[in-house]
Amino acid sequence: MTSKYETHENDVLIIGAGGAGLRAAIEALAQGASVGVVCKSLLGKAHTVMAEGGLAAAMCNVDQADGWQPHFRDTMRGGKFLNNWRMAQLHAQEAPDRVRELEQWGALFDRTDKGEILQRAFGGHTYKRLCHVGDRTGLEMIRTLQDRGVQLGFDVYMECTVTKLLVDNGRVVGAFAYWRESGRFVIFKAKAIVIATGGIGKSWRVTSNSWECTGDGMALAYDAGAELLDMEFVQFHPTGMVWPPGVQGILVTEAVRGEGGILRNKNGERFMEKYDPKRMELSTRDVVARSIYTEVKEGRGSPHGGAFLDISHKPAEYVKRKLPSMYHQFKELADVDITAGPMEVGPTCHYVMGGIRVEAETGQSSLPGLFAAGEAAGGLHGANRLGGNSLSDLLVFGRRAGLAAGQYSKTAPAPVADDSQIAAAEREVLAPFERTEGENPYTVHHDLQEVMQSLVGIFRVEDDLKKALAELEKLKARAARVRVEGSRMFNPGWHLSQDLLRMLTVSEAAALAALARQESRGAHSRLDYSKTDDAWGKKNHVIVKKGEQMTLFAVPTVEMPDDLKAILAEDK
Amino acid sequence: MADVTLRVYRGDSETGAPVDYKLPLTEGMVVLDAVHYVQAHQAPDLAVRWNCKAAKCGSCSAEVNGRPRLMCKTRMDSLPLDQPITVFPMKSFPLIKDLVTDVSWNYEVNKKIPPFQPRPGVDWKIDQKDVDRVQEFRKCIECFLCQNVCHVLRDHNKTAQFAGPRFFVRTAGLEMHPLDGADRTRLLKEEMGIGFCNITKCCTEVCPEEIHITDNAIIPLKERVVDQFYDPLTMLFRKITGK
Repeated sequence: MTSKYETHENDVLIIGAGGAGLRAAIEALAQGASVGVVCKSLLGKAHTVMAEGGLAAAMCNVDQADGWQPHFRDTMRGGKFLNNWRMAQLHAQEAPDRVRELEQWGALFDRTDKGEILQRAFGGHTYKRLCHVGDRTGLEMIRTLQDRGVQLGFDVYMECTVTKLLVDNGRVVGAFAYWRESGRFVIFKAKAIVIATGGIGKSWRVTSNSWECTGDGMALAYDAGAELLDMEFVQFHPTGMVWPPGVQGILVTEAVRGEGGILRNKNGERFMEKYDPKRMELSTRDVVARSIYTEVKEGRGSPHGGAFLDISHKPAEYVKRKLPSMYHQFKELADVDITAGPMEVGPTCHYVMGGIRVEAETGQSSLPGLFAAGEAAGGLHGANRLGGNSLSDLLVFGRRAGLAAGQYSKTAPAPVADDSQIAAAEREVLAPFERTEGENPYTVHHDLQEVMQSLVGIFRVEDDLKKALAELEKLKARAARVRVEGSRMFNPGWHLSQDLLRMLTVSEAAALAALARQESRGAHSRLDYSKTDDAWGKKNHVIVKKGEQMTLFAVPTVEMPDDLKAILAEDK
Repeated sequence: MADVTLRVYRGDSETGAPVDYKLPLTEGMVVLDAVHYVQAHQAPDLAVRWNCKAAKCGSCSAEVNGRPRLMCKTRMDSLPLDQPITVFPMKSFPLIKDLVTDVSWNYEVNKKIPPFQPRPGVDWKIDQKDVDRVQEFRKCIECFLCQNVCHVLRDHNKTAQFAGPRFFVRTAGLEMHPLDGADRTRLLKEEMGIGFCNITKCCTEVCPEEIHITDNAIIPLKERVVDQFYDPLTMLFRKITGK
């Protein structure tokens, strides 16, 4: 039956073409594997392109006192010690080499007076650590990786959505997908698959994430039987735009604060003095987001319900040079000149620390043949991610997952796709066309965003989370009955009806894990359990599919070796 | 607020026509917001590309009131609202559906360009001034509006001989990389057809990143081609030595 479908076969299939996917592809190619990269958008448009502030790596170009140990310590502290310590160690140790490699492939970073890569300050980082190029670091990174991959010769399957992983004898053997352009189906056969699909922000109303961030990879992995980790930890970036309505949620880079930006409430008070007098604006994201939220809630917000962020005390030319896209973004979209006055900012759903549960060294998931890296994988960031640790994560663990997948593919048997799985996948994808009546998928998506925004937000409480889970059940039933109009050719309503299924899975995982964790830690703040509890600090949450039921259990964290404990104990 | 009319091209490569949609205007609304409103309320199958909604990814290119723009940074209140606002697909690329065009040709052109190649023995020390100089080219977001508006492609359809402004910008970013040692001059002349450009600056006018495509990328590259291939002394030298 597979002959009925367009079929492509690669040793390694990468799903997702952001930083992690492209870095994985490059490394798998280096192993001699044939590599296919499938992505929902055009190549080079992935969400990595929006990363602004920089890439954290202890290069020690600006602060000689830095090193992998302080970076490791900052990452663990930022993550409230729930991180997979081995990932945090590898990340801190390998990030500088990944930056140098990127430079050797042609990326250009801003420089110090000595001509070395310049590094800037960022929240939660003890030293100046973020390699950057103005405020468009992600663009430089994705272009460099994209062109490197194209030169090395991977197959790119653009504007293609994977809806199902194909499994044979307990191992992953391929994927079922549709071309967004034509609506035709396509089968990808592969010996190993790397999930690098990024985040889940599109389930919230106010988000910095693009339409692509619908948790596809996590939901695909979950459906295929893999485990998810710590899904309650969803990061709300403290500074998104709040006005006008159409741009609400769009990211205002942390580099504004890194370059000296100051937060004030409507009374002109520099309120971070109250919440974190030591680190002030450069406190970790969880703390700053909660602080702004609290100021607004208590009636001290800006006119449009945010806080004022001001960089206008710096010379205008400096602001335009170091934060060019912020300057244009506010000028054009909000009629605000950031060199002359403050911006209005508020929290926006930005990043999920949780994700597919993987082995630190290889990115191998609990399902043989399935690997994951980047935001789609969990563990590195624990309960809260530091700014700048995402781009470095993509490179370090993208490379590791690509390497492991490439090697795995050398000994894996030829993939055999199961016709009944393919037929079932096809039926599911076509179902919305066959309904004669039913809701518009946009309405269901809108309601999902309202549920997650109001009930699974920055501050959480048991009643809300229970209500969210009940509402999600209703939304799942509604999503199963949506109807789409028109043909299969580039039909966004149809595409949304499919993305919606993935969004509902990851939303349920986030709400379920948030309900279970009866403490506050990092980005997870419970009004009814406001203390951080040491006992909970030794537990990770694992989610797995049992039958049709989403099941959650706690697993003990792995004991850290003494040498790493000693690093954490140093009070710096 | 008042209602506005969006006149959106609906159709595919075979047939199509503009369709009017009325919608409420909101404060600060951009054209992409309006298109999304139409999708959610009136035409769920209206095809449009977009990603970041913040002018960083270059996905939502279209022709708004006849002018090539990014829909995400075109404010509705910057347009005359007493008449329908027309939103059409980019004309120079084959239409797939509605506002979505086939831009795959661009990716093929890009493959021809040799990548960054560090000069042997470089010490990776770079002056910030040299970084600043090439930044302009490297901030291109590949919206392809310059390709869309370039008359060599738009009117004369020279896709086989001419690479288009986007790829002169990319080549400039590589050629002027302070540590690059590759030579792309022959490629510029023979395969990328830089000679076809007669510097009308249409590309520069539509660039949402305000890259001075003609002045800073194309003209210096043309000069390199001239220096290498059309300098009379060099030509004479070549003739004599046979090199």
